[in-house]
Amino acid sequence: MASQTKPVLHGYFRSSCSWRVRIAFALKGIEYDQVPVNLIKDGGQQLTEQYKKLNPMLQVPAVEIDGITLSQSLAVIQYVDETRPGPRLLPADPKKRAQVRMISDVIASGIQPLQNLYVIQKIGAEKMQWAQHFIDRGFQALEPILKQTAGKYCVGDEISMADVCLVPQVYNAERFKVDVGQYPTIHRLNQTLVEIEAFKATDPSCQPDTPADLRA
Amino acid sequence: MHLSLVSLAKPVLHGYFRSSCSWRVRIAFALKGIEYDQVPVNLIKDGGQQLTEQYKKLNPMLQVPAVEIDGITLSQSLAVIQYVDETRPGPRLLPADPKKRAQVRMISDVIASGIQPLQNLYVIQKIGAEKMQWAQHFIDRGFQALEPILKQTAGKYCVGDEISMADVCLVPQVYNAERFKVDVGQYPTIHRLNQTLVEIEAFKATDPSCQPDTPADLRA
Repeated sequence: MASQTKPVLHGYFRSSCSWRVRIAFALKGIEYDQVPVNLIKDGGQQLTEQYKKLNPMLQVPAVEIDGITLSQSLAVIQYVDETRPGPRLLPADPKKRAQVRMISDVIASGIQPLQNLYVIQKIGAEKMQWAQHFIDRGFQALEPILKQTAGKYCVGDEISMADVCLVPQVYNAERFKVDVGQYPTIHRLNQTLVEIEAFKATDPSCQPDTPADLRA
Repeated sequence: MHLSLVSLAKPVLHGYFRSSCSWRVRIAFALKGIEYDQVPVNLIKDGGQQLTEQYKKLNPMLQVPAVEIDGITLSQSLAVIQYVDETRPGPRLLPADPKKRAQVRMISDVIASGIQPLQNLYVIQKIGAEKMQWAQHFIDRGFQALEPILKQTAGKYCVGDEISMADVCLVPQVYNAERFKVDVGQYPTIHRLNQTLVEIEAFKATDPSCQPDTPADLRA
């Protein structure tokens, strides 16, 4: 009976990790409920004892699905890919699949954790330079990798988890005033992807918890 | 018939004896019984051998590990480990059950995204004088999360009773915790799992104390 309940995504409109999960659900055509977790309000709703039960890392997203609760967006995305029909989010070919994971991990381990809210709050006054530094460093690595792996999308010509990770990271880069134009392949891929419905409909500007002044 | 000579070549691991990410890959190779060559990349010597133009071609993130395997070069240890698991026989590093597999990835990512990147060499060099407290803070934060997760998922190992990628990630992270003087005893499940795992040959033989590039004063 649990598998007939819709998945529940606990996330934040502007969390890039939450957005990855929204994109993956949209690409697979999966309906889900959203429970907003405001990372700023009330000192941060992700810090409550109640939320801690969903994700003891006190981060978004957390996803209730098929009777379990998962955190870590890439674990969620691959679980969804492996259990739901629809377009593959990871290629069938093992080498391409490894490249998708490599690109996703450059973003999800090599960039985003160094510029998420928790860390930049800890860095304090120099947070802009800190975030720009780590995003630039990561994009300097991603650019030659993608030049080699990309076709129409990050790896070849099929949308994958790598694309799902890229768009929210470019959004973050723009928030921190990184000049993404310096990275032509990243720029080109992002331009293509943001026109796709699954990416558009899940954009931070049009979520249930998007504040009025940031709505598209 | 095309005989791929490239696939007959042994994988090559470019790593550092004390890099926890390199150690994860060494453990995975050992668990699968795969022979490979090691090319040491000294992260300290010569200003850091990972920063050369030559190494950049292997991994433009200028980090270890990088692995040459089956004619391609891969970076990001979990991408390497899952590639190896999917292409080589031997004990599974990820469970067959999708929910357990998701839990293995979740635990691995808490470590590989939530802890290690905040305390790796590059970041602590940037933090400077307060690096001990910074590293301890992020390791403690991550272990405070891992402890209740593992209490729920663990049997004999991190997820149930089969060794998985989660265990492969845990031991090197505990090693890092000890280097930064974190009291791992505060985390009983992590402590118990680590004690079990470090006795296993694949973890022992790949320990930083006995690698080709282990300095003489740190050899076991």
